[in-house]
Amino acid sequence: MSGASKHLATAHSVVEPGPWAKRIAGTLVVLYALITMIPLFWIVTTSIKTPPDSISYPPKIFNFTPSIEGYCNLFTTRSRQTQEYIESLGPATSRCDQIARDRSMVVVGESNYWPRFVNSIIIAFGSTFLAVFLGTLAAYGFSRFRVPLKDDLLFFILSTRMMPPIAVAIPIYLMYRELGLSDTALGMILLYTAINVSLAVWLLKGFIDEIPREYEEAALIDGYTRMQAFFRVVLPQATTGIAATAIFCLIFAWNEYAFAVLLTSGTAQTAPPFIPTIIGEGGMDWPAVGAGTTIFLVPILVFTILLRKQLLRGITFGAVRK
Amino acid sequence: MAQPADLIGRAAAATPKRIAVKVKGMSDTAMAWLFIGPTMLLLLAINIFPLIWTIQLSFTNYRANRPNAEVENVGLRNYERILTDPDVWMTMQTTAQFVLWTIILQTVIGFALAYLIDRKFRGHAFWTTVILIPMMLSPAVVGNFWRFLYQPQIGLFNYIISFFTGVEPNSFEMLGSVNLAPWAIVIVDTWMWTPYVMLICLAGLRSIPDYIYEAAEVDRASPWRQFWSITLPMALPFIMLAVLFRGIENFKMFDMVVLLTGGGPGSVTEVASITLKRAAFEAWRTGYSSAFAIILFVAVFGLANIYVKALNKVKER
Repeated sequence: MSGASKHLATAHSVVEPGPWAKRIAGTLVVLYALITMIPLFWIVTTSIKTPPDSISYPPKIFNFTPSIEGYCNLFTTRSRQTQEYIESLGPATSRCDQIARDRSMVVVGESNYWPRFVNSIIIAFGSTFLAVFLGTLAAYGFSRFRVPLKDDLLFFILSTRMMPPIAVAIPIYLMYRELGLSDTALGMILLYTAINVSLAVWLLKGFIDEIPREYEEAALIDGYTRMQAFFRVVLPQATTGIAATAIFCLIFAWNEYAFAVLLTSGTAQTAPPFIPTIIGEGGMDWPAVGAGTTIFLVPILVFTILLRKQLLRGITFGAVRK
Repeated sequence: MAQPADLIGRAAAATPKRIAVKVKGMSDTAMAWLFIGPTMLLLLAINIFPLIWTIQLSFTNYRANRPNAEVENVGLRNYERILTDPDVWMTMQTTAQFVLWTIILQTVIGFALAYLIDRKFRGHAFWTTVILIPMMLSPAVVGNFWRFLYQPQIGLFNYIISFFTGVEPNSFEMLGSVNLAPWAIVIVDTWMWTPYVMLICLAGLRSIPDYIYEAAEVDRASPWRQFWSITLPMALPFIMLAVLFRGIENFKMFDMVVLLTGGGPGSVTEVASITLKRAAFEAWRTGYSSAFAIILFVAVFGLANIYVKALNKVKER
């Protein structure tokens, strides 16, 4: 009897690990997760420290007074002035002004962070929209039509991602110089679109392959044109895939540094090349760097948490197919 | 995913023709090009044309900062120079070591994490999301901040190390020392990209059907034995895939290293992309760097192709 019941118990728990295995696994994973969060924790807490607190030793982990000085310094430019001059100015006009005056400085203008951040938004979202739009069309074309040399074309599209960015940047730099696209948002949008569209075609083709073609055929028989069938039947079915693809394109374009630093210098510069150039008087202004980094990371953190299911699907999906 | 490709092909061949009449006289091929054309045009303009231009430039002594200077055709001299330059071989070695160590660490830690997460403890979905966060962030922006963590006097990294080991926190410089700087980069890359390897391994582990473990249990195979003869071999194609993706990415590595060490101290962390950037955009030897770019491309492409062949063999087993 005991043998039979034992066997039943084992059969039940074959794939389900025992409670101790689970506990140990859970502890280790949580430990790892907490350790990997330390740098992020440090970025955020540094952004709300004063410059002296940020570089004190031993490091102030919790025992500091929160301050918005990092954020003030991030968004403003300041110049050092004599005490008499500062007193002649009258009362401070804002919190940031007051903080600057306490350090014998005067706010003289806005920094370039906000324009750079706006550039990042325009370029990342613009290129994501274009890449997903073109990618969806091409993926549909590859999925539903007979295309000569289809496999070669698909492989070629993917292989364009193997070039080191600096290698691609050399001719792009020359080409953009000739066409007047250097340091323009349009140039960056086109470039990021071209880079992302290869991934978009691959991911989306997989998603569209899974939509039964009977749906479109029914629509075509009902008198829809191909285009109508594509927009009204296929697109609504492919929204999950499109969302997953869009996140990947957005993350790439948002985070990209190599092309941005080589091809933009002023008006079209995005945030990643700008943030490392934030410096204060006599060394890095780490709270301001922390503030700039925090603001820059927030959109991606929000996306990751809100769209984690699509993200997971996209990553593993790509792996399973290729 | 398991849809047979030939079925799709046959359906594609059969259906649109019958319906093509409805598309206002447009032929099937024309429709296909309407969908694919714009993407192809963009790729031609921004990928293919530049690639051809790079190849052409690689046979010249063109310098981008002197657009009006006379351009000479130098034949294969650029290639010859690069392949016989000991500095180039040094930079390739640095790159190879970086790729090797990051892959080893990320695969081991990533697979272990995936295995642990696959024990399906309570809250594993939440903690998986937390672990994923570093790989979503900008390597440049985060790399820049790691420089702060690595500061010898004030950095948190040195503080934590000295807290646990008792070593003086300002007795070592992660980024300034010839011995430690390569490891500083490997640590940041591992921190960032282990989650990626973990995810692909997790997909592999979840693709193993339960009945195989049930059969092994019936045969009284020990957990140790099950791991080595079921789990690992069946997840191997996925692990190899993760290695391929990370290998290609890290071969191209630029942003994180530039911001952490800029290739220094000296040139101990000068990976191929940094050498290329210096030749192309600081020394402005456009012809020379074009040849270097082509060599790098051929190297990645060739290695990746050999690797994929091996991967397919493993998959067939």
